Amino acid sequence: MTVNGTLSGIVIALSLLVGAWALVEALRERAPGRGQLLGLAVVEVSLIVLLIAAAIAAAGGDRPASGVTFFGYVVTIICLPPLGWVLARLEPTRWGSVIVLVVCLTVPVLVLRLHQTWQVVTSG
Amino acid sequence: MAERTAPRTLGTGPGRALIAVYGIFALSASARAAVQIGAKFSEAPLAYLLSAFAAAVYIVATVALAKGGETWRRVALVSCSIELIGVVTVGLLSIFDAGAFPDDTVWTDFGRGYGYVPLVLPVIGLLWLRYAGRDRAAA
Repeated sequence: MTVNGTLSGIVIALSLLVGAWALVEALRERAPGRGQLLGLAVVEVSLIVLLIAAAIAAAGGDRPASGVTFFGYVVTIICLPPLGWVLARLEPTRWGSVIVLVVCLTVPVLVLRLHQTWQVVTSG
Repeated sequence: MAERTAPRTLGTGPGRALIAVYGIFALSASARAAVQIGAKFSEAPLAYLLSAFAAAVYIVATVALAKGGETWRRVALVSCSIELIGVVTVGLLSIFDAGAFPDDTVWTDFGRGYGYVPLVLPVIGLLWLRYAGRDRAAA
């Protein structure tokens, strides 16, 4: 469980960091540059690592309360950074940075929810 | 602010950011509905059908905003209106008649589970449609 908690925290921190950057860039009326797109990629990679860790934990018998719900969150969450990437590339204005910001604010919420679906088991 | 005087189309600038938010809601509402209907439909069929309906409305709104043009603008107008009516109706119902929706949907308690974004989103959507739809009429 500690693995999951620490990893979730890292993913959330990374996402908020990229989000803060995107906010600054949006306020400066700047389009998302290479840095923000790289940030999205880093968030996506950290998400994949988190999900692999979760899969390994599940294989070891440490399963979430509702496997289906967990899977639902996984599918949603893994799509977000790529969605942000595509839309941000299409929008080379400050609003592209806003899109990156929106995605980077949504990821932490979903990671928290994902984490909750898991904790039901450990607490019960 | 030369940007402001340029004609706006539905799916660019702030519109594209709106598409991103709608896309996220379309995705998460669909996932939620799929899980609810796939895994435990008999527990609260009405609530889960509502979840599916909400997901469909978000998908239509996302597509309509992305497509643009007069016809799609109308489609977006209708779907944003349905959304607003839906979130207010379900919000009121979930407060005054909690038994009607035993399990959560996107619109339960005015979208509280989603940070009230479901309540604010259709309003922003309608305002944007008003603003972005004007460029041809004003010309």
